[in-house]
Amino acid sequence: MKKREPKDIRVVVGMSGGVDSSVAALLLKQQGYDVIGIFMKNWDDTDDTGFCTATEDYDDVIRVCNQIGIPYYAVNFEKQYWDKVFTYFLEEYKAGRTPNPDVMCNKEIKFKAFLEHAVNLGADYLATGHYAQVEYPDGEYKMLRGKDENKDQTYFLNQLNQEQLSKVMFPIGNLEKSRVREIATEANLATATKKDSTGICFIGERNFKEFLGQYLPAQPGNMETMDGVVKGKHEGLMYHTIGQRHGLGIGGSGEPWFAIGKDLKRNILYVGQGFHNEKLYSDSIIADNVSWVSNHEKPAEFTCTAKFRYRQEDNKVTVQLMDDNKVKVIFDEPIRAVTPGQAVVFYNGDECLGGGTIDEVYKDGQRLTYVG
Amino acid sequence: MIEGGTMERIYLDHAATTPMHPRVIEKMMEVMNNNFGNPSSIHSFGREARHYIDLARETLARSIGAKENEIIFTSGGTEADNMALFGAAESNQNKGKHIITTQVEHHAVLHACQRLEKMGFEVTYLPVDETGVISLNELSGALREDTILVSIMYGNNEVGTLQPIKEIGEILQSHQALFHTDAVQAYGIEDIDVDNANIDLLSVSAHKINGPKGTGFLYVRDKVKLIPRVYGGEQERKRRAGTENVAAIVGFQEAVIVAAEERLVKREKYQGFKKTFIEHLSAHNIDFSLNGLLENSMPHILNLSFPGTNVEAMLVNLDLAGIAVSSGSACTAGSIEPSHVLVAMFGEQSDQLINSIRFSFGFNTTEDQIIKTAEETARIVSRLKK
Repeated sequence: MKKREPKDIRVVVGMSGGVDSSVAALLLKQQGYDVIGIFMKNWDDTDDTGFCTATEDYDDVIRVCNQIGIPYYAVNFEKQYWDKVFTYFLEEYKAGRTPNPDVMCNKEIKFKAFLEHAVNLGADYLATGHYAQVEYPDGEYKMLRGKDENKDQTYFLNQLNQEQLSKVMFPIGNLEKSRVREIATEANLATATKKDSTGICFIGERNFKEFLGQYLPAQPGNMETMDGVVKGKHEGLMYHTIGQRHGLGIGGSGEPWFAIGKDLKRNILYVGQGFHNEKLYSDSIIADNVSWVSNHEKPAEFTCTAKFRYRQEDNKVTVQLMDDNKVKVIFDEPIRAVTPGQAVVFYNGDECLGGGTIDEVYKDGQRLTYVG
Repeated sequence: MIEGGTMERIYLDHAATTPMHPRVIEKMMEVMNNNFGNPSSIHSFGREARHYIDLARETLARSIGAKENEIIFTSGGTEADNMALFGAAESNQNKGKHIITTQVEHHAVLHACQRLEKMGFEVTYLPVDETGVISLNELSGALREDTILVSIMYGNNEVGTLQPIKEIGEILQSHQALFHTDAVQAYGIEDIDVDNANIDLLSVSAHKINGPKGTGFLYVRDKVKLIPRVYGGEQERKRRAGTENVAAIVGFQEAVIVAAEERLVKREKYQGFKKTFIEHLSAHNIDFSLNGLLENSMPHILNLSFPGTNVEAMLVNLDLAGIAVSSGSACTAGSIEPSHVLVAMFGEQSDQLINSIRFSFGFNTTEDQIIKTAEETARIVSRLKK
């Protein structure tokens, strides 16, 4: 079969209005592909003055697409996002866990609903501005870390499978962020100096506590040590993440205080002193909703490295397969603040093997019921 | 850099805006080349400019059976609507604070009404039936002693449905309320006579009838007083200040002349297009339904619903195939506001809201383009429904 020319290959680029996806679109256009820019609107934050982040971002998408010379459109996934991502996000918080909506958004929206939309527009590929790389070395797609170690986003993409990867392009995955900015500047793209977005997309720069409080009733309760000494009040368990020091407001002498656990039933936030408080450490977990990039069967037990939160260093672990898409993960060394609800993502060198959701956390064979 | 491409494109979005007629461009070039005067100036340059405007005003007035002094030039349909609504409301508030309009008006009327509500006026939004028409009985029932303005569009920009303007005019004949009609989409294609329909205020835009953008007019019946919205010089007899856009106004005039010459031929041609379009879709066994009616509808607007499809994917696919159409509803930054017109016709939960497409025809539309569009539409619908 004759190899198709890039001009006959239609690529839809998911454009957010940021510099990464702008450069992704530019590079594909320069490579000669039939490129279409599409802005995805998942959330409406229109305020009283009519200001809406999405409107501002779409405006940037329009300017960049006109500079590059590609058609642009917008598509609305507010309903799907609400049903599949935001509802999950709230449910997890209600259950005392710390969800990762970005993983869910990639799984359910960007690389599912949006990918379907792209295919409906006759696209051969969907491209995004993620820092990750796809290779097809020997009959299977592999997902590799982005070249820029500091920016690697495979953690959020861990649920992607062969079917999805076969239709995905990450045009900036082989670049350093600084180079991406340079390319944008050289091409004089409207987004060249635009600040990177931070935080969860639907919350943006707003106060997280205020935002969450609009959707979930906060129930104030006591802060206690594991020995039952009351150290003060908390405004709501959902505002605290295990291992964080922020917002406890406990003074006094000695080492700083950290959130080390929760008792959902009694509405207690456990606190303890010291960054390295031993209660913060665990040595194994059970993860569910595990998805592997490869279709090849995994051995019942294998060693690899794992990340338990975004940008964490790689930890050596042993993975044991269980039924129902669950795995047991045993750490070589105890790890601090492994939090249910977050993703655990497995790597073999630069290759992302897949991942799942941290469900149960153990120390010395005992389940830590207080983490969450 | 603008996206290139050699693909032959088909423009079927004439209800959004139209290309300028070559005769319009020619006239405007002539004016721009020969005269730049300010019509308010007393010297020869100004007088020449003023003469252009006077002649244009005469043509426009005659086109709706009005007198020259009843035509106020505006920046377009939106300004004309705003001037009519705010002007009539403010000028007549001593007689009452009640206004009647419909649920299917253009946003230039609807959003102005919402603002008037905030200013203390009371607005009744008449519902429509499944074909998009109001009920005269409901209008009569809604009229109150303190009703000062009734604003009902001539023909709907999304589905093409015509309102019973003459009958509305008759009902209002014996009532104090002023009768405004937004004729932006109907002007040039329908036969409009302000006396015959007892119309007091009527809005028109040039760019919908192959004239330039940025100009339009409001017809204001003699003796009807409107408090101005724009203050400044004494243009338009102090009713709308601001130096006139002479070249555009002359282009507008030429567009009106062309429209009058070609109106009947166009009507017949467009009705044929609708038939052809529907026949071709039917030949491909495409599941579709008409939003509105074939009769009692403006011939240049065809709004179709394609069950099982999604308007976002439809519009983009058609555009990528070089065919420009629209959903009739505003969709910016991915916010598909469901069309308020379709909501009024079918209810908030109806499928038509997410699967309807508006095809609208213009002077350079050909039978061949209609067939190509119908074929491409059929192809896309079949593909999306798989």
